[in-house]
Amino acid sequence: MLEIDVQKKLLAAEGEILLDAKLNLAEGEFVALTGASGSGKTTLLRLIAGLTEAKSGVILCNHQICLATAQKINLSPQKRPVGIVFQDYALFPNMTVRQNLTYALQRGQAKTIVDELIQITELEALIDRYPNTLSGGQQQRVALARALVNQPRILLLDEALSALDVKTRSRLQDYILQLHQKYHLTILFVSHDISEIVKMSNRILALENGLIREVALSEILQEQASNTLLGKIIRIIQENNNLFAEIFIANSLTRIAISKEEAARFEKGETNIVLDIIRKSLQS
Amino acid sequence: MSSEFSQTLLLTFELAIITTALLFLIGVPLAYVLSSLRFKWKPVLEAFVSLPLVLPPTVLGFYLLIAFGPSSWLGAWLQDYFDLRLVFTFTGLVIGSVIYSLPFMVQPVQSGLENLPPNLAEASYSLGKSRIETFFKVLLPNIKPSLLTGAVLSFAHTVGEFGVILMIGGNIPGETRVASIAIYDEVESLNYALANRYALVLLIFSFVILMVVYTFNQRAKRLL
Repeated sequence: MLEIDVQKKLLAAEGEILLDAKLNLAEGEFVALTGASGSGKTTLLRLIAGLTEAKSGVILCNHQICLATAQKINLSPQKRPVGIVFQDYALFPNMTVRQNLTYALQRGQAKTIVDELIQITELEALIDRYPNTLSGGQQQRVALARALVNQPRILLLDEALSALDVKTRSRLQDYILQLHQKYHLTILFVSHDISEIVKMSNRILALENGLIREVALSEILQEQASNTLLGKIIRIIQENNNLFAEIFIANSLTRIAISKEEAARFEKGETNIVLDIIRKSLQS
Repeated sequence: MSSEFSQTLLLTFELAIITTALLFLIGVPLAYVLSSLRFKWKPVLEAFVSLPLVLPPTVLGFYLLIAFGPSSWLGAWLQDYFDLRLVFTFTGLVIGSVIYSLPFMVQPVQSGLENLPPNLAEASYSLGKSRIETFFKVLLPNIKPSLLTGAVLSFAHTVGEFGVILMIGGNIPGETRVASIAIYDEVESLNYALANRYALVLLIFSFVILMVVYTFNQRAKRLL
């Protein structure tokens, strides 16, 4: 479990704001955290991991006090039962895949966990390779496995998949779900991708103006749709006098019937499409 | 003559090796402190470390001569309690060289550490690893080119140093007479042939060592 009530001043896009984050994650929960860039999502994860110092507040990680400013308790990152996966992987360039993982072993810890994680994340063929010879997806698999070697109870994923292509991303999501199940992890993950959020999480939290609030999926969908940032028209095709738009949405290619007016409005390759088409696709 | 020639060169390299080894022990931790910590007096420390870059060597040598001399409290204290004389001795040259070449070790290592992504260390901390273990197993191995650059620059800079040595060491064969001093001395006595031999050794040595560094760094960059 993870219980947070922390305050920290941060410099957001609109000037200095107070991050006043209160959230509770039950044991084994998989919670998504969304919010605009610069809203403090990464800062919040760093506060939990102990990499950034809070102004005041309390953080309970798995019933252990990680931070309690009133009692002057502030556990170092080393002592918190928290694993973190960075967006840019942060693999150690001087170590092979296996060395990256064995480095994370704690003194006296059995090496079997390394082999187990290598197997789950299917890294067997890559164990002697150095990070600079791996693709983004492979590196992220290593980072994920490495973060779990010392068996943290809580895993933080900071846009861990955002730099990957759709196919790799989908596979990584499966790995994460598998690891979540196997190790009963409590996971907090930052993501902007709706399909990812829907697929992975039990709950969605949004960070706005320094405050966290719980949001319903429908709300996110609507908000996103009104921001018109949901899909990409690949092409408009005509079949038997009917017009269709092929839209890449939620990580898959969908074909949606559209009117002549709509077809005229959207040019092939346009990045954003508007609300009514999305509504239609959701209804269908 | 030949034995004096080799004695002078040996002394020069001995001074450079000892200085570089000491600088490794002092400069690398200092570079780590400067790259990773923020404290009130950091600019003062940084300025002190970089001072030899801008100061004429004779100025540094002059102050060291005053400080190490028997009439200063430091010089007198060292002499009285440790029976240690630093002016016109090899030990004094080593200390002077360490101070003089400090920025050549600290700056490359510091910038190497600062250029590493900060989340390498953070990832290591969150894996439960101490600062010391992170420093030796994650940070240092990933700045090998900077370490090599620092070591070679310190070494070469010490070999080529003149002003500081002339001020605090003088020209005592077998004790403080290094190659750069010998060249000056031989030219003064119009002994150009010997001056040329010293100069040629230093020239070839400097060229080879720089070439080795660049070759290694090119390879290291390809790996990282």
